[in-house]
Amino acid sequence: MQAVYVLRLARKNLWRHRLRSLLTIAGIAVAIVSFGLLRTVVDSWYAGASLSSAARLITRSEASLSFPLPVTHAARIRRVAGVAAVSWANWFGGVYIDDKHFFAQYAVDADSYLELYPEFVLPPEQRSAFQRDRRGVIAGRKLARKNHWQIGDTIALKGTVYPGNWSFMLRGIYDGADSKVDENQFLLHWDYVNETMRALLPSLADGVGVFVVNIHDPSQAAEVSAAIDSTFRNSLAETRTETQKAFQLGFISMVDTILLAIQTVAYVVVLIIMAVMANTMSMAARERTREYATLKALGFGHGFVSMVILGESMTMSLVGGVLGIALTFPVAQAFFSATRDLFLVFQVEPLTVLLQLGSALLIGLCSAIAPVVNSRRLVIVDGLRAVA
Amino acid sequence: MTEALISIHNLSKTYRRGNQPVPVLLGIDLQIAQGDYVSLMGPSGSGKSTLLNLIAGIDKPSGGTLLIGGVDIAALEEDELAAWRAGNVGFVFQFYNLMPVLDAFENVELPLLLTHLSKAERREHVEMALAMVGLPDRMDHRPNELSGGQQQRVAIARALVTDPTLIVADEPTGDLDRKSADDVLDLLDRLNRELGKTIVMVTHDPRCAARARTRIHLEKGVLLSRGAEH
Repeated sequence: MQAVYVLRLARKNLWRHRLRSLLTIAGIAVAIVSFGLLRTVVDSWYAGASLSSAARLITRSEASLSFPLPVTHAARIRRVAGVAAVSWANWFGGVYIDDKHFFAQYAVDADSYLELYPEFVLPPEQRSAFQRDRRGVIAGRKLARKNHWQIGDTIALKGTVYPGNWSFMLRGIYDGADSKVDENQFLLHWDYVNETMRALLPSLADGVGVFVVNIHDPSQAAEVSAAIDSTFRNSLAETRTETQKAFQLGFISMVDTILLAIQTVAYVVVLIIMAVMANTMSMAARERTREYATLKALGFGHGFVSMVILGESMTMSLVGGVLGIALTFPVAQAFFSATRDLFLVFQVEPLTVLLQLGSALLIGLCSAIAPVVNSRRLVIVDGLRAVA
Repeated sequence: MTEALISIHNLSKTYRRGNQPVPVLLGIDLQIAQGDYVSLMGPSGSGKSTLLNLIAGIDKPSGGTLLIGGVDIAALEEDELAAWRAGNVGFVFQFYNLMPVLDAFENVELPLLLTHLSKAERREHVEMALAMVGLPDRMDHRPNELSGGQQQRVAIARALVTDPTLIVADEPTGDLDRKSADDVLDLLDRLNRELGKTIVMVTHDPRCAARARTRIHLEKGVLLSRGAEH
């Protein structure tokens, strides 16, 4: 019975100073949106790693990623127990038009690479057209759309890692098996690049940036990785093998500090609005001192008065929080569109929504602490004399 | 002689201003009978409001005994005292002290939330109380939609809705024009005469005090005189 009254009082008190309440709610909503957006930015950086297949390993040079491995390693890796299939890829690094039109380009072994990446969905006729044409390439749907490419278009790249002017023919456009698959990749034939290098720059020929290794049992990833690396131990081209996820996280770790800063800012935003909200609640409670004293005089205990204050604080923060959560989705979509292809995926995760809701509850709870403590200390006769 | 509802013996109250003790009430002895209508008068700083607060159980004495209905309220713990107030005391304040966001019905219903009455029973009590103060048609009006006199009558309805033994009124007409003040005083008369409520009222106004059956004068924390009963 009292709980219903508490909620009614809280709701009615909320609208006593409409402008103040609306501004506070707007502030909370903005803070919750910012929190959600910043967290989604961080999540999106890690998305590539989290999407990695558990059954895929990456083998690269023990010395550095910039040192190629001999392509002949492929046959030996294939013989390691637990290995199901092997393919390889090189970073091509060509420039399309200018640096602003950057996209990721990989020279891959056309026959085996697509077998290892079933998430790249390609019509069979386009797949075979790509495999038949050594100058053929395939591109992700988003990349093709962005550059207005059609099947059959000629695409010119200026080589950086592999010097020269390169000309390719678009033979296929793949779609991601789901919305989280990167549709911004550009795959070309490793054979074509390799043969050209053999003729022009033999020192760059027969080298592989990474081997992609599919294994039978993902739970055996550590053992198979160790077995591959031990195969090449004490050779001229020692290897380091790790899961695809660990490989991706290795890249992300280069920007760890930035991600930490973004996460910190997300929490600082919540702390700032908490201080603003606490100030609002303190002002509201101070104005109502005489009302709280009257309630106490009538026989209501500290608990009831505390619940009235807490109810108002929680109502305000929850309204702001829910509004902020609702706004996060369109804002995230707009952010994703504005940043174009900076992120592979940009989805507000359920955990982020939960944290947003938790933050809103925490803001409401913390903001009520000082007014509740003051109301408990309130001496009735002093409160009755208080002037709002 | 009617039995004493309020029995006060050697009651004192001292506040502290910094380290300095400030005595406000000094050795008050007073008996107030059940059903009496008492006015407490005196100049500012005489201690009359302090005495009223002690009788109402919203302040604690520094010394002496204060029995109300045989209960030593000075010995009650805070929660017990709050429960005792809820069941035994109705409050009428100078500035009405209504909840501005609640309508008249909800304001009067407030003290009933501390009882075990059902919603229907609460409605019945609230409607009866508002009818008694002459405001049955103002139930859904908020305080800012009512005149000062009407607000004070809502406050009186709130004070009597739990059927308390004692009603304490602190300058109940202090913020009202003469006509509204007379209406409020008439109402307090009726509560005393028809319902037998014991009323203790603090006032500066001799006209207001004249309505009471017993007039008590305080000065500098000491009981000076007890006026003749009508």
